[in-house]
Parts: sequence; structure tokens; C-alpha cells
Amino acid sequence: MSAALFIAQRATAAILAFAVAGHLATIVYAVRGGLTAAEVLARTRHNGWFLAFYALFVIAAAIHAPIGLRNVVREWSSWRGRSLDYALAAFCALLVVMGLAAALALYAA
Amino acid sequence: MLKVEVWRGTRQGRFQSFDVPRREHQTILDVVTEIQREQDATLAYRFACRVGMCGSCAMTVNGRPRWTCRTRVAEVVGRDNRLRLEPLPNFTVVKDLAVEMTGFFDKWRDAKGYFEPGGHAGEGFAVVSPTTPQRQAADAGIECIGCGICYAACDVVAWEPDYLGPAALNRAWTLVNDVRDAGNAERMAAVAAASGCQACHVHMNCTEFCPKGLAPTYAIAGLKRETIARALGRRN
Repeated sequence: MSAALFIAQRATAAILAFAVAGHLATIVYAVRGGLTAAEVLARTRHNGWFLAFYALFVIAAAIHAPIGLRNVVREWSSWRGRSLDYALAAFCALLVVMGLAAALALYAA
Repeated sequence: MLKVEVWRGTRQGRFQSFDVPRREHQTILDVVTEIQREQDATLAYRFACRVGMCGSCAMTVNGRPRWTCRTRVAEVVGRDNRLRLEPLPNFTVVKDLAVEMTGFFDKWRDAKGYFEPGGHAGEGFAVVSPTTPQRQAADAGIECIGCGICYAACDVVAWEPDYLGPAALNRAWTLVNDVRDAGNAERMAAVAAASGCQACHVHMNCTEFCPKGLAPTYAIAGLKRETIARALGRRN
């Protein structure tokens, strides 16, 4: 793993530590509070804080996860090189697109 | 009487059983030597100093990498009096209990694990205070004798054959902290490459098994910090 990937993974881990805690707290709040779908959407619609939080969460996860997966694949299989990097870059793009689409959908709902 | 199973062969092979009398203060190396001298002269193994200075007698004893000269039978054998002796893992086996160390030492070279005097070597003695943090960091890892125990114990070496390994990285860290050394730009580039210090998973096997009580894990952590500092432009 290069120094740049190492730093990117550690930096995003620091973000994820807070983002995952916030995400879990949000889930507990929504479920324990017995919020309906409409009540959830009422809280997320046009809520800039919600969008900024989840956009940051999604981007951090999209950077963090492929770097970790790359290490796992390199250590547990013989798949190396350019093709692995492209595959995981594609996985990163997939996470960004799906995650941001979900956050935007709740923001604009 | 000890029931000793000894690996015979190279990568392919089998365990051969020997019965060896128990003796007072007997070491594992004594057992191996007795087998070779009294029972089977074709057994291949390696030793030199017999007193924990050279590191050449390292083997796997009942599943753990050890210096056989500094391991007494009484420390490792259970009530069943069974011993299982194998060559170190993560090395190519030459024959029986002797392994090929070339790849291990090639990685010391690849990690720039040698002193680089630069252009000032002829200008007299460098004075390095024993109290400076760099000197203390270098001192913490300098006693490595290159026995390969840490390398055998390392999971990452097993998974990633190109990984430089704890011993080479520990040596690199002592040199990073050597104020006389002039080769740190190349050394840090070498240890920050894909198979370098960032590959360490901090399992701490190296630190657990090092017979010298060194902590290569902390040396590797130091290299990781230094790598980040350099990548962020905080060091030249």
C-alpha cells in the first residue's frame, strides 16, 4: 500500500468513527422514537445538515472501503496489479453514486 | 524418554520419530544434536554459537518459532514428553530443519537496511548523546541479530511474500534515527513502497516472539509516522 493510500485510509477512518456513531444514533432515534416514513422524510427534506453529513459519510466510506478491500484481496488471493486497482476504483465510484443518490433522494423527497 | 517428531525433507516431506533420553538442563538444540550424532547422521540443521548470539539455530518447536539453543526442553514439553521440530515457516527449506535465509537478507538490502555514511565520513567521530530521542529509538532496535524468528512469525509475510518484514523494517528504523546516516530519502522511499511498512497489520507476532525482547512493531509504527510526515511535507 502506498503512503497516499495509507493516509487516505487512516484519514477516512477518523471521519468514519464519528460518521458511523452519528449514523447509529440516527437509526436508534428513528426506530426507538417510532418515526413513520413520512416523519423521517419530513426531517430530511431540504435539510442541509443531513445532506452534508451523509455526503461526507458516503465519500469517506467510498474511499475507505476499497483501500481495505484491496489489501484483503492482495493478501488472500493472487490478484494484483492494474486490473485490481481499476476494479476497486469502479467499486469506489459505485459507492459514491449509490450513496449520494440515496442521500439526495431523501434531501429532495 | 522424549518422543521427538522431526521434519524430514524440503517443502514436501514427513515427520520422523525419534526417542531421545531426557537429561538435566537439556536444550532443544541438545536434542537435535543428539539425534544427528547418535541416531541419524543425515539430519540437516544449523547452529553455530550455542549461546544465543548468532541466531542460526532458530526452528519451530511445538508450533512456535524459537532459538533452540536458548530453549530448554523443560520449558516446552508437556507431560506427554512430546516434541515436534519443524523448519521456520516463511522460508524456503533447504533440507530438514535448515532454511534458506537469502530472501530474508535481500529484504534488508531492499529496505536500505545498511548505514549510508554520506560525504562526511572522514571528518572525525560523530558525537551522539545517549539521551536524545533519536538515539534512544535507535538503541531500542539495534540489538537485532537477524535470526529470522520475527519473519517466521509474521502473518503478513505469509500472506504477502513481497512484504519487507519486521526485521528489515526494524533495521531501517534504527537507521532513520541514526543522525550520522545520509541515506534516509532513499530508505524512506523504500519502506513506504507497496510492500513496506504500511502493509503491517500490527498483529505483534514479531514483538511477541523476538528472543531479544525487541519490538519491531513499534519500529514499524515509527516508520508509518515518518512516512506520513514526509508525505505531508513535514520532513525533507
